[in-house]
Amino acid sequence: MTAHQKWIAFYTMIRKDVIRMFRIWVQTFLPSVITSTLYFLVFGTVLGSRIGQMQGVDYMQFVVPGLVMLAIVTTSYANTSFMFFSSKFFARSIDELLVSPMPPWLLIAGFIGGGVVRGIVVGALVLTVSLFFTGLILTFHNALIVLGFGILTALIFSLAGLVNGVYAKSIDGINIVPTFVLTPLVYLGGIFYSIHTLPAWWQYITYANPLFYLINGFRYGFLGMSDISLWLSCAVLSAIAIVLIGINWYLIRTGLGLKQ
Amino acid sequence: MQSALSIVDLKKTYKTGLQALKGVSLEIPAGDFFALLGPNGAGKTTLISITAGLTTKTSGTVSVFGHNIETEPEGAKAQIGLVGQEINFNPFEKPIDIVTNQGGYYGMSRSRALPRAEQLLSDLGLGDKMHGKAMELSGGMKRRLMIARALVHTPRFLILDEPTAGVDVELRRGMWDYLKKLTSEGLTILLTTHYLEEAEQLAKHVAIINKGEIVVNGTMQGILAQHGDGEGKDEYGAGQLERVFLKLTSHK
Repeated sequence: MTAHQKWIAFYTMIRKDVIRMFRIWVQTFLPSVITSTLYFLVFGTVLGSRIGQMQGVDYMQFVVPGLVMLAIVTTSYANTSFMFFSSKFFARSIDELLVSPMPPWLLIAGFIGGGVVRGIVVGALVLTVSLFFTGLILTFHNALIVLGFGILTALIFSLAGLVNGVYAKSIDGINIVPTFVLTPLVYLGGIFYSIHTLPAWWQYITYANPLFYLINGFRYGFLGMSDISLWLSCAVLSAIAIVLIGINWYLIRTGLGLKQ
Repeated sequence: MQSALSIVDLKKTYKTGLQALKGVSLEIPAGDFFALLGPNGAGKTTLISITAGLTTKTSGTVSVFGHNIETEPEGAKAQIGLVGQEINFNPFEKPIDIVTNQGGYYGMSRSRALPRAEQLLSDLGLGDKMHGKAMELSGGMKRRLMIARALVHTPRFLILDEPTAGVDVELRRGMWDYLKKLTSEGLTILLTTHYLEEAEQLAKHVAIINKGEIVVNGTMQGILAQHGDGEGKDEYGAGQLERVFLKLTSHK
């Protein structure tokens, strides 16, 4: 395949997934918006009014970056894990891709591309909803950092979702990881609090949580505040992305979980 | 003459320990209509799946138009169109999208793939169904959709794994005519089927595989002359090839 043909193949995969997700927007976009609205209502408006300020800003403004990121994490992960799993198990339409001359890295790019698009669209929708709870005030300390961390978040969790989709042998297999791994990481990663409010031992444990680095980078882009260095966040997250790309490449190239 | 498919000492042992292929060697010349016959579990689908890149081999070499599937998978896969045994498309999609997208996966621009898909679907009698949902198609229509999908990128080598299973007689004959037309245009076809009269009608060369080994391989006429009895249909209505098949696979 020439570079142009590879681009067409990549575009075809993305286009197909984007058309699908917009056609069934009630299933793909709406749930995250509703969940986020409930978070804004309960944690922001009801509890937030009692909490007051966190690190010098209004609590509602403090939680917005984390909740936008939470929406990106869950949707990009769900998109790739479910898309891959469903094409592998329901009707076995993954064969359409496996028989094609697309190299493994291009298949990976096609799958995660859809996850990234869905994650970013949902993130933008949740951010729009947040405006109604923050008095229609949208301020960025650095919009490029927000966008960069948004894309990095969607990329990492699309890659993680793809690993899950490749390995999953049943529909339960793609629900277990979000329930028992992703949710604890998200809630303990600092969406609703600064780690400086935690005891020292808990702070050290939080450093092992990849979500912590994402949330802080994202929060820095919005509010100009972070519990750790932005560069450390970038380095840790880039390393995680590279490791996940390597794992996916190995799985797809060798056909583990795909080919007999 | 150039080989469309060249297989040398191909072996496949599944994780369960089942030895599906025990050193198969096979040569299919370009432009041939080749029938690979065998009872259930003989290794036909395993051989096809390895060739198309859906199953990994244990050892041996497979080349498609000179492209080794291991060292040049992109080159080999670009030559192949596969119609698998099982229905394997997303039933919620439209036939036109299924075929057009498949062209895209082979690097065909949408402006090229779309008219090609429309043409193929019309040729295969699905012109009025291409914009409905694929799940609404009958079994025979789904098979034809899979043929259209396999042909969209204009492959040089078409692999058909029991394409007429579950298709009624009239439609099956229509598909035979279509396949004859394709092979007359230079397309190489590898067909597996349990309808032996189909193979007898269509194929120039035949190989019979049993328990992972090729038991006979040659021209249709040569095999019938060497192993046949020269008689017409027997009391069960079985033709010559069917009797040869039963004799060689020891299932009589």
